[in-house]
Amino acid sequence: MSLRIVVCVKYVPDATGDRHFADDLTLDREDVDGLLSELDEYAVEQALQIADGADDAEITVLTVGPEDARDALRKALSMGADRAVHVEDDDLHGTDVIGTSLVLARAIEKAGYDLVISGMASTDGTMGVVPALLAERLGVPQVTLLSEVSVEGGVVRGRRDGDSASEQLEASLPAVVSVTDQSGEARYPSFKGIMAAKKKPVESWDLEDLEIEADEVGLAGAWSAVDSAAQRPARSAGTIVKDEGEGGRQLAEFLAGQKFI
Amino acid sequence: MAEVLVYVDHVDGAVRKPTLELLTLARRVGEPVALALGAGAAETASVLAEHGAVKVLTADAPEFADYLVVPKVDALQAAVEAVSPVAVLVPSSAEGKEIAARLAVRIGSGIVTDAVDLEAGEQGPVATQSAFAASFTTKSRVTRGVPVITVKPNSAPVEAAPAAGVVETLPVGFSAQATGTKVLSRTPRESTGRPELTEAAIVVSGGRGVNGAENFAIIEALADSLGAAVGASRAAVDAGWYPHSNQVGQTGKSVSPQLYIASGISGAIQHRAGMQTSKTIVAINKDAEAPIFDLVDYGVVGDLFQVVPQLTDEVNTRKG
Repeated sequence: MSLRIVVCVKYVPDATGDRHFADDLTLDREDVDGLLSELDEYAVEQALQIADGADDAEITVLTVGPEDARDALRKALSMGADRAVHVEDDDLHGTDVIGTSLVLARAIEKAGYDLVISGMASTDGTMGVVPALLAERLGVPQVTLLSEVSVEGGVVRGRRDGDSASEQLEASLPAVVSVTDQSGEARYPSFKGIMAAKKKPVESWDLEDLEIEADEVGLAGAWSAVDSAAQRPARSAGTIVKDEGEGGRQLAEFLAGQKFI
Repeated sequence: MAEVLVYVDHVDGAVRKPTLELLTLARRVGEPVALALGAGAAETASVLAEHGAVKVLTADAPEFADYLVVPKVDALQAAVEAVSPVAVLVPSSAEGKEIAARLAVRIGSGIVTDAVDLEAGEQGPVATQSAFAASFTTKSRVTRGVPVITVKPNSAPVEAAPAAGVVETLPVGFSAQATGTKVLSRTPRESTGRPELTEAAIVVSGGRGVNGAENFAIIEALADSLGAAVGASRAAVDAGWYPHSNQVGQTGKSVSPQLYIASGISGAIQHRAGMQTSKTIVAINKDAEAPIFDLVDYGVVGDLFQVVPQLTDEVNTRKG
């Protein structure tokens, strides 16, 4: 029986670019280049490895986002995913994390799944809650923040390295998994992969396809609101000294002045 | 006065500092009612009472340790139903955020994560967050349901505020999902004797310039002289010089200590994302052009192998 894997990925603004807010306090996407969130590359990699170990598997890569988000899907397809679903709708603009999890959950159900895999967090919002929200909405186990993951005989196992302990986890499929950047280096797309990706299907779904009303999502449907956003004042220029043999002692003097010693 | 539910992070009854910080913030929006779960829950009551908890709800069952996250969500939901709070505050640990998120969607509430400050507002609690590698500061609110807000460590002072701290056992019924993810085994992280990275008042970090696992000893020596936690940049972690659990940055931990000392770290945006909200920033780097110097309150352009041991000696001398 085929193992159906859905990988949730996000198209994020390049962190090395100059990111700022638009007038409606959503991300201003005009001047920023985007890319597949680096942490989601690990999810694609683990999906590929799990599929390799299965008799028969199909990997669907899924994203919710504007037109450009298709670039993130292309990257995942060129790494080796089989097909892609792009949820795109003008009414999605400004959707918060609760709304995003609704859209993803509906799309995952429509695509069909045994296993959902995502990165531990996006590199833009960095909330890290979407995998847990998906498990809650789908009513399936969450096996999250894994640095090691394996799937065998309808059971997913993995290691979760927390702040105070390392845990071995186990759940039956269907399940939602998220992986950390310790799960294994993501492969680079090969030339062959890039060429093959051009022929792979990318389906486009809108809110109607997912039976979601416009007022359940978007800025107006959000369950939280950003009231203001202010650029952090530039730090006043600090004192910089060149070490000429006394740098450590000078630094100690500064720290003592600040009452750290 | 309205009640505010505070989720307690504790290890066998020892309450972790971020929870005590939460009680300080909770008192700005109402009367704190604490919820402590699992082994040792009842033992948290006295310290919670000293810091403002008017009531401490406790629940213990094997489910809390044997299964991941969901049993705790079930308990928090039961507490929300018992208390009818004006807000639910949860520490922004990885698990805390997962618990908070699942609770929010279950009770039909919005969520704000990683708040660095909290105040009462006309339309409910207002959370301060930092965005885009801390280059922006935003003010956010939950607009639907009971606000669920997770708060980062070091967001408020720990303050004594003696309160009744009446202990009550909370009855918890577990959902069908509660036993979905089994915890087969749990290996406690070996204690280094140093403070927890995300909670520490001082963090001393090493990067590519440290140039080898064995050289981290000089970073550790400085950290120990200051009673600090040790951090590492991604470059140092990827090179295998220091464990991933100590990585500071976008794909590691986000820290916000009183003092951050970066040694041999150039300050790529991914690293800055994890430490830019530190109150005082100090850097030691050979390269005068390193971007980290744009952030510093005090920077030393020099060889860390000279500067760091000299600083350590000086700190030890001044302490002694």
